[in-house]
Amino acid sequence: MTPRVGVITFPGSLDDRDALRAIDYAGADPVALWHGDDSLGAVDAVVLPGGFSYGDYLRCGAIARFSPIMAALIPAAKDGLPVLGICNGFQVLCEAHLLPGALTRNDHRHFVCRDQRLRIESNTTAWTADYQVGEEILVPIKNGEGCYIAEESVLDELERSGRVLARYVGGNPNGSYRDIAGITNEAGNIVGLMPHPEHAIDDLTGPSSDGLGFFTSILHRLVSA
Amino acid sequence: MTRPIDSVTHAASDPDADQPYAELGLKTDEYARIKEILGRRPTSAELAMYSVMWSEHCSYKSSKVHLRQFGDKAPKTDALLVGIGENAGVVDVGDGWAVTFKVESHNHPSYVEPYQGAATGIGGIVRDIISMGARPVAVMDPLRFGAADAEDTRRVLPGVVAGISGYGNCLGLPNIGGEIVFDPCYAGNPLVNALCVGVMRHEDIHRASARGLGNLVILYGAHTGGDGIGGVSVLASETFDADGPAKRPSVQVGDPFMEKLLIECTLEVLHEGLVEGIQDLGGAGISCATSELASNGDGGMHVWLDRVPLRDSTLSPEEILMSESQERMCAIVSPAKVDRFMEICRRWDVPATVIGEVSTGGRLVIEWHGETIVDVPPRTVAHDGPVYDRPMVRPAWQDALVADAPTPARLARPGTPEELRATLMQLVASPNLAAKDWVTGQYDRYVLGNTVLAQPEDSGVIRIDEVTGLGVALATDCNARFAKLDPYAGAQLALAEAYRNVAVTGAVPLAVTNCLNFGSPEDPGVMWQFAEAVRGLADGCLELGVPVTGGNVSFYNQTADVAIHPTPVVGVLGVIADVARRVPMGFASAGDSIYLLGVTRDEFGGSEWAHEVHGHLGGQPPAVDLVGEKLLAEILATAAREQLLIAAHDVSDGGVAISVVEMALRRNVGAQIAIPAGIDPFVFLFAESTARVLVAVAPDHEERFTRLCAHRNLAIERIGTTLAVSELNVDATFTVELAELRAASAATLPALFG
Repeated sequence: MTPRVGVITFPGSLDDRDALRAIDYAGADPVALWHGDDSLGAVDAVVLPGGFSYGDYLRCGAIARFSPIMAALIPAAKDGLPVLGICNGFQVLCEAHLLPGALTRNDHRHFVCRDQRLRIESNTTAWTADYQVGEEILVPIKNGEGCYIAEESVLDELERSGRVLARYVGGNPNGSYRDIAGITNEAGNIVGLMPHPEHAIDDLTGPSSDGLGFFTSILHRLVSA
Repeated sequence: MTRPIDSVTHAASDPDADQPYAELGLKTDEYARIKEILGRRPTSAELAMYSVMWSEHCSYKSSKVHLRQFGDKAPKTDALLVGIGENAGVVDVGDGWAVTFKVESHNHPSYVEPYQGAATGIGGIVRDIISMGARPVAVMDPLRFGAADAEDTRRVLPGVVAGISGYGNCLGLPNIGGEIVFDPCYAGNPLVNALCVGVMRHEDIHRASARGLGNLVILYGAHTGGDGIGGVSVLASETFDADGPAKRPSVQVGDPFMEKLLIECTLEVLHEGLVEGIQDLGGAGISCATSELASNGDGGMHVWLDRVPLRDSTLSPEEILMSESQERMCAIVSPAKVDRFMEICRRWDVPATVIGEVSTGGRLVIEWHGETIVDVPPRTVAHDGPVYDRPMVRPAWQDALVADAPTPARLARPGTPEELRATLMQLVASPNLAAKDWVTGQYDRYVLGNTVLAQPEDSGVIRIDEVTGLGVALATDCNARFAKLDPYAGAQLALAEAYRNVAVTGAVPLAVTNCLNFGSPEDPGVMWQFAEAVRGLADGCLELGVPVTGGNVSFYNQTADVAIHPTPVVGVLGVIADVARRVPMGFASAGDSIYLLGVTRDEFGGSEWAHEVHGHLGGQPPAVDLVGEKLLAEILATAAREQLLIAAHDVSDGGVAISVVEMALRRNVGAQIAIPAGIDPFVFLFAESTARVLVAVAPDHEERFTRLCAHRNLAIERIGTTLAVSELNVDATFTVELAELRAASAATLPALFG
């Protein structure tokens, strides 16, 4: 059976359609999920898409984290359900304490949208197995609050345990500590990523098709499981 | 302290009460006309409605007599599904798909409060598009500011850009292009225009009309507050004592999150067929929406104004009628469908309230706590406003301006290779031609995943149908210096440039929208400019075979007696059968031939060179050649369809030299250019003759492409080749590294704006 990958739409989610399309391109079954539902249905993995959930009011991701569906997602993720949070989704994962650290205002204080080179630092997660470590990919980045911060001890621990998933190369777009673009939890099933792989699934609408690997990775993981 | 309600009964019993009509912007004869229509003096609520609906902004009273030409001279076409007059025109793009697009101004609010002015400009145009039943798919922003290094530009530009970024990005609409132009004439009068394009199936087209006796009027979206109440504060000032909350912002404040919910909620209720008529609330708020819906429909409507949910409970009925609070819509829904409508609104957390119903009798009746405060024929408010055929005179200074031609004797021209190189470097770094990444890098161009081309490409290209690859291309343009020299020709040149920018992508131009930014219509010289520009645009559209589907007029862009250059911004929409065959602007590989299509003449009137190097504006603008533009567009569409082109780029501001630089910098591929025999190098490099395009053609397609041009008698000349080295080499004249060009181009805006 084709694996089913859900995408949660919160009020103010914007890249939910793009994430559904990327899942479809990769060959999995895209499933639209609604923030107000209290169950995940029968999905095998979940993407939290980019956008401005609840208008970024209070703090980015701070309100979405309390949505009914998050009450179902948080324990499932802790039990190993693969979850990818992109941009605002990454912010939600940090607010939900599924990932350490926080995302704050870009150091230059402007929203930034550009094509960004990343270096893949770990391919042992559920979402990056199709990449080579050290591989450079080109995907769009677009955020106003994408500066990843954490305490030094947390950063050291992330580095030590190989949980820095991707780093910015060719210029840090938002001031993220240690050029961190994405991280994972200890088990490698929960991934937060500030850049947008769902906007790089073909050369026609993106700067490359380099982002598709995140979605084929999860497909291959689920098929082989 | 409460004021007695000025009900209809009260107005009849107190017929000679003094009313502040002049302060509300009404002329004495306009006020007399209202009394004649009603057979009594208006109530203060009616006065507020008439004053705002009969304002220039809402009634087009000075422009109507001229704008009729867009309909009268419209070319015959089957593509137009909804014409001028609705919220936005609708164009058939094939396969059952329709596209609606419109550009609007938000100039004055953006000067007062740049962030909110620009933000709510986007909000307003997006609601116009969803009112037609379309899903908005992209926005663009044509922007004009005073001199780049002026103190006030440093206040206005960053605020406007942040407003567009903050609001537009949060809505989830890709920003795919637009313009950023600097000219001292816009100091104190920046132009902030906003364009939105939306897509729908033919059967989803909706109209703004209230039909069906007993159908309900539902106001949904944000609560109504005191923001955006302009002239009506004159009425309000009678209400409140000095300590009252009278000082409210006259610029509206936007909430993009609510707008995003409103978009999704509206599309869902439309998709389920729950709506008989729909209208957004923009200028003039509830006054406009109720009177237009009623006027376009069966003609009668009864509204209980006290049911409107308020942010500020102290608002007077006049203020509620006039409030321009953002993110509100009005729908006409049959009683049987109201429950489902409300359920969808709740799902999206969008407040919705039944505030009225469609009635018989042809009157718009508005009640406030049981008292009738408005009882008018809605058509007299919405459509039968005053119409003026204002006096117009060709300005006395026009002849002297045109006589001051940029001849070699008048303006020194570069001659030596060093001078030509220095001129190129100066233009590349000039604010109008420099890279705009500082601005466009703050806009999301990727969201929705259908952006095929975005700035700095000639057009934005959006995929509509993922299965067939059907897409649309959009460009906006206007060189206002040309329009100042000759408004008739200037409007046609704006049209020609936007048309060409669509054509270079391989799309077929289909329809036109416009945003006509001018000074005061009460100045006969400005009125002449306006009339000439409209006539030029209407004639040009007829000749090119592309109808005007709608637009917007912004007058009073002037400070004291000094008006902006006439700025008729023209937007052209084209259709492309398969976006995979779009032609981008950048050189892609070494060894391709570079061809110049069209004819270069010694034309520098209003050019970027004259403006930037000499601060000069005079002479004639370049000759209009619409026959040439049409031929060029046809050949480019064929060549794109047959995939003969690697790249194509319009030649306009800064001439061939700037176009080559832009093509080279796009993907960092160098070029060698040979100046053709028999033409002055300066003229060849920098003249701004129209109907010209540069293309790059791979060797194996050269014969086929040049034959195609020769067959149609299009002037074509091979002027160079792309290189494997990153440099621009102008034969026997000068060489510049692309890195040096890029650095010069990239540094300008960050240095100015941080």
